[in-house]
Amino acid sequence: MDAFFTYGFLQRALLAGIFIAVACAVLGVFLLLRKDAMIGHGLSHITFAGVALGLFLHMMPLAVALAFSVLASLGIMKLKESAGLYGDTAIAIVSSLGMALGIILATLSQNFGVALLNYLFGEILAIEPVEVWLSMALATVVVVLVVGNYRKFMSLTFDRESARVSGIRVRRLDTLITILASVTIVLGMKVVGILLVSALIVIPAAAGLQLASNFKAAIVLSCGVGLVSVIAGLALAFVLDLPASGMIVLVGFSIFGLFFLLRKGKI
Amino acid sequence: MDSSAAEKKPLISVENVSFNDGYGPVLLDITLPIHEGDFLSIIGPIGSGKTTHLNIILGLLKPTRGRVRIMGKDLEEFADWPKIGYIPQKATHFDPLFPASAKEVVAMALGPSRLLSRGTRRREESAIRHALQVVGMEEFKNRRIGRLSGGQQQRIFIARAIVNGPRILFLDEPTTGVDAETQGYFYDLLDRLNTQEGITIVLVTHDIGIVDKHISQVACLNQRLVYHGSHGEFCRSETFKDILAGGHLVSHRH
Ligand SMILES: Nc1ncnc2c1ncn2[C@@H]1O[C@H](COP(=O)(O)OP(=O)(O)OP(=O)(O)O)[C@@H](O)[C@H]1O
Ligand SMILES: [Mg+2]
Repeated sequence: MDAFFTYGFLQRALLAGIFIAVACAVLGVFLLLRKDAMIGHGLSHITFAGVALGLFLHMMPLAVALAFSVLASLGIMKLKESAGLYGDTAIAIVSSLGMALGIILATLSQNFGVALLNYLFGEILAIEPVEVWLSMALATVVVVLVVGNYRKFMSLTFDRESARVSGIRVRRLDTLITILASVTIVLGMKVVGILLVSALIVIPAAAGLQLASNFKAAIVLSCGVGLVSVIAGLALAFVLDLPASGMIVLVGFSIFGLFFLLRKGKI
Repeated sequence: MDSSAAEKKPLISVENVSFNDGYGPVLLDITLPIHEGDFLSIIGPIGSGKTTHLNIILGLLKPTRGRVRIMGKDLEEFADWPKIGYIPQKATHFDPLFPASAKEVVAMALGPSRLLSRGTRRREESAIRHALQVVGMEEFKNRRIGRLSGGQQQRIFIARAIVNGPRILFLDEPTTGVDAETQGYFYDLLDRLNTQEGITIVLVTHDIGIVDKHISQVACLNQRLVYHGSHGEFCRSETFKDILAGGHLVSHRH
């Protein structure tokens, strides 16, 4: 425990991780119920292109990735509506475009291979102080907006038509949740990397949904799983000297397994 | 038309509404006033435009021609949606694993939950309790919605539709797939809402067997408004005889 207080990087990782985990967990519940679980996967690929471009242009990769992700998420929404594509088809199209752009950019400038690898596999222990503040601010905005509109989001997710008739502006909320998802995914990328970010969104929510008998419980459980995953994952990574991203996801998956067995009455 | 009600301003008026879905006409020149206190049943065969008609009144679809006025306002300007209760035809087609308790489903119709003051919260609690009491589902309030029977779910949807104390309630075939006993309970419940709580009721159904004693008005839809009048007149009308005889009340599109 002494180590924790002497190592600033560990404190920063933990602080940013906690905020981001909660944002991912809260939003994850809505995304799962909207059958949008894969959006995390798709948008994380487009953030790959954003990160590559940021490194290429020597701009803050997080900021470029954020812009890419927001634009791509709105693009996915438009494709779904106007082109009449299924949601997962739209996601597949946009995410492969992102990967393609990322690969080309990475090849064009050969000297950022390591930095890019960090983004792919997560680098929470290397998070910069300014990124910690940015993450905490954005995560707080996400949580406040979701919790503030919680009933509207729930109603929209459950029964769109009734939501419309009760005066809810469903289009506006769709856009809001899409933008929030894209911001959250970029944040999550900071914690576990592009390849694992959808785990941070999907696993806590899926675990929470195993045991929840009401909506509030689903959100609270999901947050709890997200928090425990990040805290225990970081601690284990530090003690065992293993990658934090992998450990965080492993802890999350173990809790999911536990909840699954609990629901089945096997424990 | 009902002459005694015609003097009052209608709560909802559908004026010369036509709707074309891009493949052909679905509704043609419908004019239908709905008055405060009515218990109107809209009947018609499958695909005759009943749901479309409701969707136009509720602003979910834009009419190709004509206009709708709700409580004296044009539909575009109308904003008092809590005064409208609605149970869609597909209400029970929700995700059965959705993690909402019965109580949370009822609460969905209430306004935004943001920063509720203690007073608002108490008012909401009592509105929810009252709505659940009216439909006799109080003891199931903490049950997950997917774990209730079809009839029980419908009651929860009625509770959701009345939790704001609406002036009018639209129900689109609410009794499809529920047993006769539950149906009987339903019509008694709707009758109670109509007579005791003063809620105007618009009930869509293609089953004329339920056009029963509670209903005050009947509108028979088949692309056009084939018939509109009081329930008593309807039972003596040619339209009714035609329907019973299996006559020409079949969809134009099939
Ligand atoms: N989403 C839609 N897009 C295009 N056309 C539609 C759509 N829904 C319905 N229609 C068309 O409109 C017509 C009327 O449909 P509507 O759902 O209003 O009928 P209904 O009277 O409610 O039938 P039912 O008793 O089966 O519920 C149908 O013939 C159908 O072809
Ligand atoms: Mg219908």
